[in-house]
Amino acid sequence: MNKLAFVAVALLGAGGAQSVVAQEPAAPAAEAVPWPQWQAENEVSNVASLQRGFRNFMSYCAGCHSMKYVRYSRVATDLKIPTAMLKADLLPDGAAPADYIHASLQAQDGVAWFGKEPPDLSLIARSRGVDRIYRFLKTFYLDPTRPTRTNNLVLDAAAMPAVLSDLEGVKAAVFRNVDVTVAGKTTTTKELDHFVTVVPGRMSGPEFDAFLRDTVNFLDYAGEPAQVDRRSIGVWVVLFLLVFTWLAWLLKKEYWKDVH
Amino acid sequence: MTDAGASADQEVVDADRRKFLTAATSATAAVGVVFAASPFIASWQPSERARALGAPVTVDLSKLELGQMIMPVWRRQPIYVFRRPPELVAQLAAHDARLKDPKSADSDQPAYATNERRSRRDDIAVLIGTCTHLGCLPKQHFEPGDALLGTDWPGGFLCPCHGSRFDLAGRVFNGSPASVNLRVPPYSFPSENVLIIGDDGTSAAQGAA
Amino acid sequence: MASNDAEYSPGFWGWLNRRLPVEKFVREQLLEYYAPKNFNIWYFFGSLALLVLVMQLLSGIFLTMFYKVGETTSFDSVEFIMREVNYGWLLRYLHSVGASAFFVVIYLHMYRALLYGSYKAPRELLWLFGMFIYLALMAEAFMGYVLPWGNMSYWAAQVIINLFSTIPAIGPGLVEWIRGDYGVADATLNRFFSLHVVAIPLVLLLLVVLHLVALRQVGSNNPDGIEIKEHRGPDGKPLDGIPFHPYYTVKDIVGIGLFLTLFAVVVFFVPTFGNLFLEEANFEPANPLSTPEPIAPAWYFTPFYAILRAVPNQRLGALLLLIAVLAFFFLPWLDRSPVKSIRYRGWWFRGFLAAFTISFGALMWLGLKPVSPAYVNAARIFSVGYFAFFLLMPWYSRWDRVKPVPARVRFHE
Repeated sequence: MNKLAFVAVALLGAGGAQSVVAQEPAAPAAEAVPWPQWQAENEVSNVASLQRGFRNFMSYCAGCHSMKYVRYSRVATDLKIPTAMLKADLLPDGAAPADYIHASLQAQDGVAWFGKEPPDLSLIARSRGVDRIYRFLKTFYLDPTRPTRTNNLVLDAAAMPAVLSDLEGVKAAVFRNVDVTVAGKTTTTKELDHFVTVVPGRMSGPEFDAFLRDTVNFLDYAGEPAQVDRRSIGVWVVLFLLVFTWLAWLLKKEYWKDVH
Repeated sequence: MTDAGASADQEVVDADRRKFLTAATSATAAVGVVFAASPFIASWQPSERARALGAPVTVDLSKLELGQMIMPVWRRQPIYVFRRPPELVAQLAAHDARLKDPKSADSDQPAYATNERRSRRDDIAVLIGTCTHLGCLPKQHFEPGDALLGTDWPGGFLCPCHGSRFDLAGRVFNGSPASVNLRVPPYSFPSENVLIIGDDGTSAAQGAA
Repeated sequence: MASNDAEYSPGFWGWLNRRLPVEKFVREQLLEYYAPKNFNIWYFFGSLALLVLVMQLLSGIFLTMFYKVGETTSFDSVEFIMREVNYGWLLRYLHSVGASAFFVVIYLHMYRALLYGSYKAPRELLWLFGMFIYLALMAEAFMGYVLPWGNMSYWAAQVIINLFSTIPAIGPGLVEWIRGDYGVADATLNRFFSLHVVAIPLVLLLLVVLHLVALRQVGSNNPDGIEIKEHRGPDGKPLDGIPFHPYYTVKDIVGIGLFLTLFAVVVFFVPTFGNLFLEEANFEPANPLSTPEPIAPAWYFTPFYAILRAVPNQRLGALLLLIAVLAFFFLPWLDRSPVKSIRYRGWWFRGFLAAFTISFGALMWLGLKPVSPAYVNAARIFSVGYFAFFLLMPWYSRWDRVKPVPARVRFHE
């Protein structure tokens, strides 16, 4: 984890240095949809996406974040990952398939290095919502005043560093001042105008979006693994009840012919 | 709207229709009740946690000495794993006449343990250490000619609760309160000195997870 | 001593009925109980309430087999149920959606009484038993919500228990006694578990039995507010009545089918119901150092919560909340109208009931929202609409120009 933090900081340092050097920034991306309205648009029934998301989670998140209610073996069963592949590629050293997903980072180290223990992510999709998480992961921007050298639009002064910056690249945020008038009083607030790519990442914009979508999809699944089953069973239950109600209705009409 | 002067014919038709609809609705309701009850009943099956804790157990046999028994736990049951002297294994057939079920016809073991030794290998015995009478742990008396059990004792187990006796293959002796041999769990040897209890390559053994 | 009395039957049935009045009970309570024939849709909710009670008992009993009460174990055990118990997720959602369904059904059941004057003589005691059921249900739901020990569970317990500190003199001591600790803690959780699983269900069952016995004694009201027992035929049976069985058994089954269909749609497709039935904040464990934002009780409490927040004084707000709930108890005596059903009441009553209904709905919506000056002002206005229904009833119920009540019920086939 130390290593990752070092890499992140080094990258950001490089990014900061590059922006100082008179480099022409990339053309501001036209923010067609304002960031507070970005949506994950994930499909929990898409098993391939969940598999990629699980791989992404193990590669980029499980170092610091645990999922203490999620078993590897359960994920393998639900996501149709063969046990051999689970053990070879995805299971950390020393973990058994039936184990819950534990972070490599010790709690006290998390507090020492980041100021707080990275939260468990088993239920994050249910307590925050997938869209909010998607936006959170997409709105890290360069901020030299912070210890992590980044800040976040969704969670101001986030303790988490921009761990995906080698994939997404490093971006700076350009703000504009906006006057907001409420009940006769006008205040000035800062709003995002656009992002500027400072260091390009290994993935293109759409590739990174797909990466995030898969990851957030996995978080959605992990929050409630039974949800796909739930919906498919529900179809049969509702159909059965409709048939039953219709029969009961016919029975009622027949008996109530007596009543005048 | 039925006519006030309904004819007798109409009454009969109505009664039949009522019986049919009542039967149809009741039958559908009964089916519904069975379906509705099934998740409640299923919830009593071992949970994923129980199944995970009941996963196969790996045992290292490299330090197991001749005549020594270790007792790992698999699915909350004590498993007797011990190394048998080859000369005693060879003599197992000699006392078949003193046993209730020498061929293990009535006892519970996987196919590869339905033999005289009740095991895959001559040297290593794997038995569930629960007396088939009422469930106590039989105590080991591996020495032949044991002082307590008599000079013709071939080696085996004596259950302290009600006196059932079993030989080194877990087969029950005549005169014991227990009526069948000690049970054998599913197991396999992925290598010479490694034993896995609970996994013999068949899905029946594995259950789930 | 009719020749078809079951006591004289041969075999097991006769043996049983000579020792336990099974057939007598079925005959008297179902076949010979005459209910008005003009029941409309508002009359489904009593049987539906009984259905939901049974469902909550069943799902609750099974949840208790897996739930582990305790500060350090409650939250984990709920996730264990959701993920690792076979069909545990279904048990949980049946119970959590069932709790909200209970209040939907009960509010509609109570509203029927307002529409048709079902609380008026001779049904005052029936109404009072119903109101006690409502109080017990609120306590049961509140304590049940604390059990998952999520962050909203903790803070709901904190806020509601703190209401009791407003009681003069004994308040603070009482609060510590309720909690069993200096703050909401393991002691509080554990006693709520006992009350929720054992004590209050027993009280509820007793009250429901009393409620049904009282109903049987006075007979059902109906949408025309006419007492059907006043017009009997030559056989002694009410002219406007029909035997409960088979007519209302068969009709209630349709109601049950429709209700279960809607219920299943929610349980299987939208169990959190847009954050109303299972709040997001409750998927985080209880954190005494972090209040969820915004904080609100479950939707079925929010009308009263909005009234509480509308009052700038803590003690007065708590008092008004209490009065808002207790006002219902006095309806049989506040209502001075000679007429029961809204069908024959005048425009004063209709106006005040409409204002009450709109106010209740608006207060429910406002109670879910975070605090803001605009919302607080709106809540004040709607609180007036709410209380006016009760406080002014002795007068407008007498002034109202009522319509003549027919002798016989209105029935359309």
